[in-house]
Amino acid sequence: MLKTPLNAFHRQHKGHLVDFAGWEMAMYYSGLVQEHHQVRNSGGIFDVSHMGRVKIAGRHARRLLERVCSRRISDMEIGQCRYSLVCNEQGGVKDDVIVYRVDDDEFLIVVNASNREKLMRHFEEVRKTNDFTLKALEDRTMETAMVALQGPKVMDLIGKVSREVPTLKKYRFAVKNLLITKIIVSRTGYTGEDGVEVILPAGMAVDMALKYLLQGVDMDAPDAILKPAGLGCRDTLRTEAGMPLYGHELGEDICALSCGVDFAIALDKDQGDKGEQFIGMAALKKVAAEGGPARKLVGLVLDGKRSARPGMVVKQGDKDVGVVTSGCPSPTLGKCIAMAFVDQALLAPGTSLDVDSGRGILPAVTSPLPFYKAAKKA
Amino acid sequence: MANVPADRVYSETHEWHKVEGDVLTLGITQFAVDQLTDVTYVEMKKPGFKFKAGDVVGTVESVKTTSDIYCAAGGEVIESNAALNDDPGLLNRDPHGAGWLVKIRVSDASGLSKCMDAGKYQAQVH
Repeated sequence: MLKTPLNAFHRQHKGHLVDFAGWEMAMYYSGLVQEHHQVRNSGGIFDVSHMGRVKIAGRHARRLLERVCSRRISDMEIGQCRYSLVCNEQGGVKDDVIVYRVDDDEFLIVVNASNREKLMRHFEEVRKTNDFTLKALEDRTMETAMVALQGPKVMDLIGKVSREVPTLKKYRFAVKNLLITKIIVSRTGYTGEDGVEVILPAGMAVDMALKYLLQGVDMDAPDAILKPAGLGCRDTLRTEAGMPLYGHELGEDICALSCGVDFAIALDKDQGDKGEQFIGMAALKKVAAEGGPARKLVGLVLDGKRSARPGMVVKQGDKDVGVVTSGCPSPTLGKCIAMAFVDQALLAPGTSLDVDSGRGILPAVTSPLPFYKAAKKA
Repeated sequence: MANVPADRVYSETHEWHKVEGDVLTLGITQFAVDQLTDVTYVEMKKPGFKFKAGDVVGTVESVKTTSDIYCAAGGEVIESNAALNDDPGLLNRDPHGAGWLVKIRVSDASGLSKCMDAGKYQAQVH
């Protein structure tokens, strides 16, 4: 199993370690629900080093990304991050990614752990096919670490070490010099809370950078502002925030226009200055012209204590009208929530549907996504 | 061995079976609850439910997953643990004791001989 540079951190904080996409990761430390509330109410630190980090630089870096990303890249400013899909020719989803524009012709792409090698091959193939000239197409995952600090009190904490970072807008990043190393701090996340994600060099620098970021916070104290948080609560937090996950809401056989992330699909991106077609665009335009995909992602709120789980069929009467992609008892809302692909005609909020658990029917009503939104700070 | 009591037998699916006379107490192991994470709901078959060895006798819901509970013996449910209705977290805190799931009057004990003793189970999960 692959180990992240924070493996010792997991062990030191008694993480319950599991195999996650080939990486030894902490599912939880003190307890999943406790960590979930800690992130919603104060702050949590997640090791997300298992996610892939790919550097693409050189004369055609921008054009390569325009080809593979469903969103426009050319109008990104240096210091900006952008969420995008990477599609296949059929309009299915190869992965969802975050693109960082480090310089005019230098980008960093953060990809899902399970898709890292697939995307490296894809990028390489696109480079070859188009005869793009690049200075670098490098998998930087092993040389770097990545942590996410998430929660309403995180920016106060970061404010003690950086005046700049708390002034960053959402989806902006700063490169900070820390002695001899550079770290990238972006105002991004996957929990529905404010916070940052930090990319830093692996090795000795991790300890140093953590010390710098955490400013002596004793994470074992009962009332600590920031505590270790595992991948278990990352999943419940992102589900409440209505954020899709590859393998659940996103996949090669799932039409990109059905996943609830239409904002990240620019079907007009071949228009205007530096316009370019992206792979999968023609297929998606056809779907859009024909009235959109048959099913789209919707939220479900269940009645009762039984949770809907991925793969369960959604019914209206005897008729199959959808399938559940994610579901859990929501620690914040105190009821069971789920996401599901459901027939277009039944998406209106408040529509009564049934989830067939295989051992009985779980009554549900459709709900807009997200289920949870962080309160705006005064 | 603190986490695997020697006074009962264990199945591949991480249930423990403790037999006293013709009454079997069924629960799930520390290993199982560590995998499940926080338990949110326990729904066991009601007293009077008769079943064959290897049948499903209930379901445990956690934040992360839903898990069927099997019994290696056949018999009839005579009591389910009412304390878990109000406090499903009891299963996380004391899976081998106060967090037991159901008591069963055994009619077919043959399946129990295929279960593991504490030593063998411990070896399998560690």
